[in-house]
Amino acid sequence: MTVQTEQTKQTEQQHFERTIGHEQRIEPRDWMPDGYRRTLVRQIAQHAHSEIIGMQPEGTWLASAPSLRRKAILVAKVQDEAGHGIYLYSAAETLGVDRQDLTEQLIDRRQKYSSIFNYPTLSYADVGTIGWLVDGAAICNQVPLCRSSYGPYARAMIRVCKEESFHQRQGFELLMTMMTGTDEQRAMVQESVDRWWWPSLMMFGPPDDASPNSAQSMAWGIKRHSNDELRQRFVDMSVPQAEVLGVTLPDPELAWNEERGHYDFGEPDWDELSRVIRGEGACNDERVARRTQAHEDGEWVRAAAAAYAQKQAHPVVEERTA
Amino acid sequence: MSLETAGDVKAEWPPYEVFVRSKRGLNHVHVGSIHAADDEMALRHARDVYTRRNEGVSIWVVPSASITASSPDEKDSFFEPSGDKIYRHPTFYDVAEDVPHM
Ligand SMILES: [Fe+2]
Ligand SMILES: [Fe+2]
Repeated sequence: MTVQTEQTKQTEQQHFERTIGHEQRIEPRDWMPDGYRRTLVRQIAQHAHSEIIGMQPEGTWLASAPSLRRKAILVAKVQDEAGHGIYLYSAAETLGVDRQDLTEQLIDRRQKYSSIFNYPTLSYADVGTIGWLVDGAAICNQVPLCRSSYGPYARAMIRVCKEESFHQRQGFELLMTMMTGTDEQRAMVQESVDRWWWPSLMMFGPPDDASPNSAQSMAWGIKRHSNDELRQRFVDMSVPQAEVLGVTLPDPELAWNEERGHYDFGEPDWDELSRVIRGEGACNDERVARRTQAHEDGEWVRAAAAAYAQKQAHPVVEERTA
Repeated sequence: MSLETAGDVKAEWPPYEVFVRSKRGLNHVHVGSIHAADDEMALRHARDVYTRRNEGVSIWVVPSASITASSPDEKDSFFEPSGDKIYRHPTFYDVAEDVPHM
């Protein structure tokens, strides 16, 4: 490397750090360190995959929603999740990767998605619980990402967050409706909350001391808060909501801590999280298989549309062959 | 490309950039990108992805490859011509306080 390019690189590095330091956004054509780009691609792709895979657990209940109103709401919600996936793939593509490649990496299991979607949706109450707790946890994670240092990611998150509040409210309202129903319906809600509470806490990732990449991500302004901070925020938000609903959160250690000004809570089962991330959750195989099948089933549609577009664009060729 | 190769065309759809006018009287603003096989499909996909809640009254789609952008490397020199022309701004001119409507 010549002295001059070494110097240019240093200036670029300084410019990058100054931009981050001044809370300004990094934009696609700016110079950025390789590690920054790699971290963003991994995080945004994983996020995009989560939105896409996240359509499956709730999608299962589309055909058996109890009323047309509930069905229309659920269709809209699942459709939003597809949209979120596309916003995020679009943001990832500004970093020079290709959506098709990312999809292949998801299918080959080289890239991950949120562990939460590897749990099954066993009852209709799960639709409400997912909206309330899973989308609620997603909101906790995503609101600070609206200020992420990478412009396209931050802008995608703003769009996503606007839509998430509908997701959480429809879930809460669904549960509230069931809670004012029969004993059997109330029991369904409680059983559902019992299953989803701990996996929802795990959505924030491993505890801070076991999350080695977090510090760098925070220094780069990609992440804004640590996993444990966000988890605490989620617990603090959820406890009073659970009281309004009239459900019990399945944690005997849950208690208000006057001194800290936060709720104390028990330790999630981190071994379970590792197992699910490793691919040993209840639904990992099913989720990836379903996504793979959808991708393969769509292949002829993509090919036909591409062939049609090509034919329209080159009508001369058609004349010659006719 | 000839039609014969259409059989093994890789079914990849090119990216389009999407611009939305959120309401009358405002410019179209870039909102993101989508993939589509052709222009018409790009418009439909853009509508489905970016305007599910009345976010727009008009959409433009442009093949991403057709966009020419200024380079961030030449940021200073490229925009320099406007930097030293302070006389392009109304505040450059001293006009007495009592001149009406100015
Ligand atoms: Fe989402
Ligand atoms: Fe959502």
